Amino acid sequence: MPILETQEISVRFGGHMAVNSVDLSVEAGEICGLIGPNGAGKTTTFNVITGLQAPTRGRIRLDGQDITSLSAHKRARSGIARTFQRLELFGSLTVRDNVRTAAELNRTMARPVGDVADELLERVGLTGVDNQRADALSTGSARLLELARALACTPRVLLLDEPASGLDEGETDRFADLLMELARDGLAILIVEHDVPLVMRMCDHLTVLNFGEVLASGTPKEIQKNQAVLDAYLGQDPGAPG
Amino acid sequence: MTDIIVLGLVSAAIYAVAASGLVVTYTTSGIFNFAHGAVAMLSAFVYWQLSSSDAWGLPVPLALVLTLFVFAPGLGWAIDALLMRRLHDAAPITRLVVPIGLLVALISAATIIWPPDTVQASLPFFFEGKNIDVAGVAVTYHQLIVLITAIVVAVGLRVLLYATRIGTAMRAVVDNRDLAALNGVSPDRISGMAWALGCALAGLAGVLIAPILALDQSQLTLLVINAYAAAMVGRLRSLPLTALGALILGLSRETVSYFAEDLPTWISVDTVPALMLFAVLILVPQDKAAVFGQPKDPARVPNPSWPLVIGSGAALVALAYVIPDLVSDKTLSSVGYGLALAIIALSLVPLTGYGGQISLAPLAFAGLGAAIMSTWGSDGNPLVLLAVIAICGVVGALVSLPALRLKGLYLALLTFAFALFVEKAVLPEFNGFTQGVAPVGRLDFFGISTNSDRANLVLLAVAFVLFGFFVTALRKGRVGRQLQAMKTSPAACATLGLDLTALKVQVFALSAAMAGLGGALYGGWRGQVGVEQFALLQGALPGLPLVLLGVVGGIAAVAGALFGGLVLAVAPLIGEYYPVFKDFMLLLPGLAGISLANNPNGAIAQASDSFRAILHKRSKDADPGEEFVEPAGSMAEVMALMIPAPAGLVPEQIAVGASAGATNVGVLDREVGLDWGRCHANS
Repeated sequence: MPILETQEISVRFGGHMAVNSVDLSVEAGEICGLIGPNGAGKTTTFNVITGLQAPTRGRIRLDGQDITSLSAHKRARSGIARTFQRLELFGSLTVRDNVRTAAELNRTMARPVGDVADELLERVGLTGVDNQRADALSTGSARLLELARALACTPRVLLLDEPASGLDEGETDRFADLLMELARDGLAILIVEHDVPLVMRMCDHLTVLNFGEVLASGTPKEIQKNQAVLDAYLGQDPGAPG
Repeated sequence: MTDIIVLGLVSAAIYAVAASGLVVTYTTSGIFNFAHGAVAMLSAFVYWQLSSSDAWGLPVPLALVLTLFVFAPGLGWAIDALLMRRLHDAAPITRLVVPIGLLVALISAATIIWPPDTVQASLPFFFEGKNIDVAGVAVTYHQLIVLITAIVVAVGLRVLLYATRIGTAMRAVVDNRDLAALNGVSPDRISGMAWALGCALAGLAGVLIAPILALDQSQLTLLVINAYAAAMVGRLRSLPLTALGALILGLSRETVSYFAEDLPTWISVDTVPALMLFAVLILVPQDKAAVFGQPKDPARVPNPSWPLVIGSGAALVALAYVIPDLVSDKTLSSVGYGLALAIIALSLVPLTGYGGQISLAPLAFAGLGAAIMSTWGSDGNPLVLLAVIAICGVVGALVSLPALRLKGLYLALLTFAFALFVEKAVLPEFNGFTQGVAPVGRLDFFGISTNSDRANLVLLAVAFVLFGFFVTALRKGRVGRQLQAMKTSPAACATLGLDLTALKVQVFALSAAMAGLGGALYGGWRGQVGVEQFALLQGALPGLPLVLLGVVGGIAAVAGALFGGLVLAVAPLIGEYYPVFKDFMLLLPGLAGISLANNPNGAIAQASDSFRAILHKRSKDADPGEEFVEPAGSMAEVMALMIPAPAGLVPEQIAVGASAGATNVGVLDREVGLDWGRCHANS
C-alpha cells in the first residue's frame, strides 16, 4: 500500500492549468522521481502535497488518510518533509541552529535536539561549518543543510526539489548513496531532479510531467524507451541508431 | 443630500490626486512613500511663501508653476536620487522606515522654516467668493477646479502610463529593474521621473486641500495620509480602482460628517480613513509574494553574552540610582521619559527584530496601558499591571488575527490604521485623555513606594532591565530561533511543523503587553497623560519617530531600544540647553531614519562591529601574522553614515581613485557600488 498518494490533483492559476489531474504514489523504502521540463508543474505538485498551495481539485492521502484539508504544519507533523528548489534556509541562524529548530518542532523527538543536530550534520557532511551563519554557505552545502533539516523532522515521506543542483560530481555521488541508504531504512522519497543520470541510477519509479499532465509513468528503463518522453524531455541519444 | 455628494466628490477628487501620486511612485520603485503627505504639506507651504502678500507676493500663476513644476518635482527627484535608489535590496523594515524618516524630517523642516507660533499662514480659495449653481447647490469655483483637476490627472496618467514610451519604461522598471536596464532603459532616470511626477501630484493635492483645511504641518500631512486607504483599494497598482477608492472615501467621510450626531462616537470623520484602511487590508487579496519570494532580510540579530547583558543591566540600574543627584529636574524628567520610551521600543525587538512582523502601533498599546492604569490604578496599585498585561495582550492578539495573512507593507499599514483608530476613537473615551489630565499613580508595592523621582527612575530602569533579560533569554532559546526562522522563511517553517498562526498571535500579544506596561510606567513617571502623549504624529511624543529610532538603534537589539528611547527623549533637551543645535535636534529623528538607507543594521550593530574591529586590529598589531578585514568602518565612519550623503555623491559617481584611501572592504564595496545582497541571492 502506498504511503503517499495523490488522486487527480489539479491546480489552476487564473486561465493557466499548472497541474492537471496528476496521480502519484510512493511506497515506503521507494525512491520515486518526478521529472519534466521547466514549468511542467513539478514544484507546484510539491507545494500541493506539502500544503503550501491548495489544489483546485483532487485529494492527497497519507497512509490512506485524506490530508487534503490539513494545514501545512499539520502535514509536516504527520510525517511529510521537504526541501526547496529556491533555497529556504533560515539565513540569520547558524547551520546547527537550522537543524536544531527543526528537531525542536519534532514532537516525537525523544533525544536531546543538540545531539540529533550534530548527528545529522555529520551524516550530510557539514560538521565543519556548524557554527557558520546559514546564508554564508555555498549553494551545494545549503542544499545539504536543507536535507539535514528535513531529516530532523524524522519524516516518513521526503520530498526533494532539485537537491543535486549546485553539487559537484563527488558530492552528487555521496548524496545519491545517502538517499539510497535512507530509502533502505524505509523512508519514502519523491525527488524532482534534472540530473537524468542521477535520477536513472537512484529511482525505482519515474513519473514524467509535461504542461501539468502526466506524460508517462514507469520504471527508469521503461521511461528511457518511451517515445513521448524522448520527444518532450529526454531527447534522442546521439549514439543510438535511428 | 446634494451637499453631501458635492462635498464628497470634492474630497474624493483631492484623495484621488494624492493617491495617484502614491501609486505612481510605488509601481515604479516598489517603495511606499509614507512621506507623500509631508510632500503635499511642504508644497502648500512653499506655494504660500511664494504667493502670499504676507510673504514674497508673487503672482498666483507664477507661484503655482514654481511650486508644481519646479519645487515638488525637484524634491521628488532628489528624494529618489539621494535615498530611494539605495533601497532596492534593503530589508522590508528599512524600506518602510526610511520614508517614515523622511516624513518626520519634512514635518520638522516645515516647522523650523514656518514656526506655527510666529507664522500665521493660510491660503485663500482659488477665485474666492465665486460660485455656480448645480442642482440648487452653490458649487464654488475652487471646488470646480478640484473636480476638473482630478479628471485631467486621471486621464493624463492613463495616457502617460499606457500610451507613451516613458509609461512603458516605468512599468518595465518595476517588473524587473535589471532586465529593463539590459533593454536600454535607464532605471535611475525612470524612477527619478516617477518620483518627480508622484511628488508633483502630492504638491497639487496639498495646494488644493490647504485652502479647505488649515495650513498646519501635522493636520495637512495627516489628511493626505488618508489617501492611503484609497490607494490600497487599487492594491497600490490600479489607477481606476484607486479612483474608486477615493470616491468611496470622500463620500463616506462627508456622509459620516453629515450624520455625525446619529452615529456612535467611534465612527467619525477622523476614524473613517482608518476604518476603511483596516477593511480594505482585510478584504483585498494580498500578493502571492507575501508567502513566497519575499526579499531575504540580511539584518543581523545580535546575540550578546549573558555576562555582558547582566553587567550592562546592573550598570543601568546603578546609574538610575545616582542620576537624580547629578542632573537638573528638567534633565531628570527627560531621562525617565526616555527609559519609559525604551521599554515601549523594546516591545518591538521580539516582534519586529526577531519575528519580522512590522508594527507601527507600539505607542497605541502604550496608550491603552496608560489608560487602564489611569482608570483603575490612579492610586498606584501594582495589581492593575496584571490587568494591563491581560487587556493589552488580548487586544494585541486580536489585532494580530487580521494581520496573520499580511506581511511587510500591508502589515505596517494595518498597524498604522489601528494606531490611528486608537488615537482618534479609543483614547478620547477615557476620562481626562482629551484634555491631557488623566491621572496615573506611581506604583506602591505594598508599602514600598516609588513616589520619589529616584525610586521611580530606578523602577523604570529595573523594568527595562528585566524586560531586557526576558527578551535576551527569548533570543537565545527555542522561541527566539522559531521567530527568526519565521522571519526568514515562513514556507520552510510551515513544512517543518511550525504553527505560524499560533506563533504570530503569541508574539503580537507579548509585544502589546510589553508596550502596555511601558505606557503604564510612563504614565506613572509623568503623573498625568492624554491623547497627545500617544499620537502617531502630533504632540510631544510622536509614535512614528519612536518606531523609527527603535530601528535606527537596531530593531533586533535590546541596546537599540534603549538608544532609541533615550535619543527621542533627550535630543530636544540638548536643543534647549544649546540653542544653536535646536533646529538640528528637531530634525534628528527624521535624519536618523533616513540614515538607515546607508546603515541598515542600526547604530548599535554598527558600533559593536566597529568596536570588535578595533579590538581585533589591536590583537593583529600584536600578532602581525594574522590577516583581518574590518567588517565595518571606524567610529568616525559610523558617525558619517548616520548623516545622509550630500547631493550628487551617489556611490556610482565616486571616482575609483577615491577608493584608494578607504581602509576596509565595506567602505570599498559601497564606493564602487558592489551589491553583495544581489550577488548572494543569485548565487
